[in-house]
Amino acid sequence: MTYVGNKADLKVVGTRPVRPDGVDKVTGRATFGADFNLPGQLVGKVLRSPHPHARIIKIDASRALALTGVKAVISAEDLPNIASEEAFVGEGPMNFRDLSRNCMARDKVLYEGHAVAALAATTEAIANAALALIDVTYEVLPFVIDVNEAMQPGAPLLDDNMYTANVEPKPTAPSNIAKRVHFKKGDVAAGFAKADVIVSGTYNTEAVHQAYIEPHAALATANADGQCTIWASSQGHFMIRAYVAKLLGIEIANLRVIPAEIGGGFGGKTVVYLEPLALALAQKSGRPVKMVMSREEVFRASGPTSGASMDVKIGATKDGIITAISSEMRFQAGAFPGSPVQPACMCAFAMYDLENVEVTGYDVISNRPKVAAYRAPGAPIGSFASESAIDELADKLGMDPIVLRQKNAVNQGSKTHYGVTFPEIGYEQVLAATKAHPHWSAPLGPNQGRGVATGFWFNIGGESSAAVHINEDGSVSVATGSPDIGGSRASMAMMAAEVLGIPVDNVRAIVADTASIGFTHVTGGSRVTYATGMATVQAAQNVVADLKKRAAMIWDISPDAVDWKDGEAVPAGANAGGFDPLPLAAIALKAGRTGGPIGSEVSVNAQGAGPGFGAHICDVEVDPETGYVTVLRYTAVQDVGRAIHPSYVEGQIQGGAVQGIGWALNEEYIYNAKGSMDNAGFLDYRVPVASDLPMIDAVLVEVPNPRHPFGLRGVGEVPIVPPLAAVANAVSHAIGIRMHDLPLSPPTICAAIDAKG
Amino acid sequence: MSALSYAAPSTVQDAIGLLSGAKGIAKVMSGGTDLLVQMKMGRLKADLIVDTKKLPGIFGITESAGVFTIGAATSGAQLGEHEGLKAAWPGVVEAANLIGSTQVQGRASLAGNLCNASPAADSVPAMIAAGAVAVIVGPNGQREAPVETIVVGPGRTSLAKDEFILQFRLPARPARSSDAYLRFIPRTEMDIAVVGCGVSVTLDAQGVCTAARVALGAVAPTQVLVTAAANALIGHTLDTATLAAVDAAARAACNPITDKRGTIDFRIKIAGVLARRAAKIAYDRAGARA
Repeated sequence: MTYVGNKADLKVVGTRPVRPDGVDKVTGRATFGADFNLPGQLVGKVLRSPHPHARIIKIDASRALALTGVKAVISAEDLPNIASEEAFVGEGPMNFRDLSRNCMARDKVLYEGHAVAALAATTEAIANAALALIDVTYEVLPFVIDVNEAMQPGAPLLDDNMYTANVEPKPTAPSNIAKRVHFKKGDVAAGFAKADVIVSGTYNTEAVHQAYIEPHAALATANADGQCTIWASSQGHFMIRAYVAKLLGIEIANLRVIPAEIGGGFGGKTVVYLEPLALALAQKSGRPVKMVMSREEVFRASGPTSGASMDVKIGATKDGIITAISSEMRFQAGAFPGSPVQPACMCAFAMYDLENVEVTGYDVISNRPKVAAYRAPGAPIGSFASESAIDELADKLGMDPIVLRQKNAVNQGSKTHYGVTFPEIGYEQVLAATKAHPHWSAPLGPNQGRGVATGFWFNIGGESSAAVHINEDGSVSVATGSPDIGGSRASMAMMAAEVLGIPVDNVRAIVADTASIGFTHVTGGSRVTYATGMATVQAAQNVVADLKKRAAMIWDISPDAVDWKDGEAVPAGANAGGFDPLPLAAIALKAGRTGGPIGSEVSVNAQGAGPGFGAHICDVEVDPETGYVTVLRYTAVQDVGRAIHPSYVEGQIQGGAVQGIGWALNEEYIYNAKGSMDNAGFLDYRVPVASDLPMIDAVLVEVPNPRHPFGLRGVGEVPIVPPLAAVANAVSHAIGIRMHDLPLSPPTICAAIDAKG
Repeated sequence: MSALSYAAPSTVQDAIGLLSGAKGIAKVMSGGTDLLVQMKMGRLKADLIVDTKKLPGIFGITESAGVFTIGAATSGAQLGEHEGLKAAWPGVVEAANLIGSTQVQGRASLAGNLCNASPAADSVPAMIAAGAVAVIVGPNGQREAPVETIVVGPGRTSLAKDEFILQFRLPARPARSSDAYLRFIPRTEMDIAVVGCGVSVTLDAQGVCTAARVALGAVAPTQVLVTAAANALIGHTLDTATLAAVDAAARAACNPITDKRGTIDFRIKIAGVLARRAAKIAYDRAGARA
């Protein structure tokens, strides 16, 4: 199928059918990770480090094992010692040695909450009691939490063998700086020399958690013949299979992973924590083992994303043409390397057609939980700095901040500072729609401020598999390997229905387990509707070709003489013969007599994903006496290529905006002087509640991506990129003070107002 | 592994007997919205829970000669649906109704909120401002104590091991009296007070304050009855100078800590702001009750 340029030609794509996962979710029937149980299963629990940094001298589990009901205890000694090896199965680079040591500490604990041992017992009460009977002897070490402190010479070292990568010459001493990234285009010094106006500032953000509602959960069995099965909720059951097989030394064919319904991931479920431990405990005990994290464990030992400290300097002519940008971004990676500093350095400035730009990033480890992907990893953080600075530049120039962006906007053919030349993109259309929106010109009251910010995310394609099968009654089954976190079952069914020319109600889509469909990369990178959708479309096309062949056989004419139209085989023209149309169901009924079952499975490595851009407008009112921020109005404009199911797309945009608003206003990891997280729960880790928010007005701009049959772009990640700066710019305007540090919690705003006097 | 015992006695005497005879940690439970959460989180390991919800008089709201008697386990939702109580003591009701979520409101009680002894408890400053009295039962019979004498420190009360609160009493009100409670949280709901402030006033026909009580929460180890702030109100209409004096008195009464919910400076500043704003609401309400 070639690209469908004309939207009017589409019958299913672009409509809003009832979501196929909805009824199960609102009636409580959906089976999430913790809902699976097996006869004889044990309860698994993790013993976690109370120290942010310590050497493990000795682990003595004899008292725990003596407790009736305790069936197995494991520590790092029970797991293979994995050598350093880079992999890319999740949403970012992953080193298997680090992954193994993050799942279970070896030699040292590197953050409070780091797993030290795990056990399985017959009841939860026994498991909890047994945890207290595992005796761990620690040698407590000095720790470091703050990213800038961790970079200082003399800071406590987490890894004595870490020498900063990508620095010439190689450093002579180890440090906590794992890697340097560097992007350079043009001559920054010359660019600043041409500038009439220069703004510069340092911006800081705190670590924040993805805060999915469903905690991590896994159930594992290991049979006597070596066949293993894991039931878990994740963003990629093939990812779980690959990681657990590697960490435990299991042949992949012997490990089957069955996906559960997922209660939110946002990137945080693209890695494993409990899965290898549950399976190792199952192997050791000979019984199924189920493990479920508490919310406190989720905060202390999974996620989060980086906090960062960033310098940005921008120069421009008095007409608003940017002449140079320089920036340094220092990102917390947590206890192991792998912060999203590189995509941050790329995305933060990708909206601007720049002659001179130099961006340096540092990936810095410290005694915090290792970061995991979080929705457009790195981009919201870097863009908070860049889009705050652009806003300050607009203020200084006395220029409309949207006009300033229009003067410097990237378009098709623009070459980014990281080397890529953009194909068809919709940034200019997004800016025009934002400027034209009534929100942009609506009046403001006292103590109110308006902010605008824009954002970019690459969007990716990648490896996906999908199968389309015609059932005997003419209904259609679609199976893919992509966990559905944003409505992919709906969009796959809709795309298959569009190709087959039938109502979407006749198509049922499911997520198939690792033994039932071909390899599929994680649900992440805003890739599923694009890449898995492409596999689904191609499978449906194969099915249509087969259906035409079957009709030709029934009619005894050449397959070339059959057309497929509105779910029916029809003669291609008057010369093909005077046959009545043959509906899909009629062909399905006779499939046994025309060659057997009709179906197709397609695996692809999809290329050509369409880059995504968005612009958000935020109005706030700040209580000048308390620093309390009320978000009054919020509009999110985004180029979505083409919306398959517009309600889901709007939901993605609203959800991204809300997570970004929480990040901007109140969410943060708070550490005390002992290096321990002080707010590991939803009471004091403050995600926005519904009553904190106005309705988010999602505006869909459709600049189709011609490399996809229906023109779509990924949409899930772009909407979390602009909100941090949009909110901060609004607050800055409301109080007349440029705010550089997130979160913009009331004490922070109050202190800024009081300092100004 | 130690076991947990649970009892739900149907007489006050039985309840006292259970508490008197208990070994280890015995906890009195009304709604359980704090107690059960603490136990689930492992912060509290109780040996015995005495559930008060089957005791006579523990639920309900009655009024006699202007005096309201409120059963100790009466839920926030019940308080919020009582028109008479809301009219007389809107500040106490709005404070109680701020606790937790809609679901929690179906269980959360004044006695539980008080005896959990958190400095940040929402209903407590409002009850202290209201001059509420706790009716306490124990092995020596019944005694009464002002609410401000119950909490003695974070997590600690002045009740003996075998005492518990059966009821609260709110005094009869003269005309032109009312109250108000405000708390500061960074969100709109589902949060714990960074600062809380209850104000109760009685005005004369000219709008001059003749009686007042002001109480603060979350700015010291216990709730604080701020007599100086009340004195700043008495004898005055709510003019600019009075508001400034109330603000200053409230700030002077603070002895807060810096923690994950707020800094010392922030809490002190907000205490003054809330005292002013709550006083304004209480004055407006009292003026409307001529």
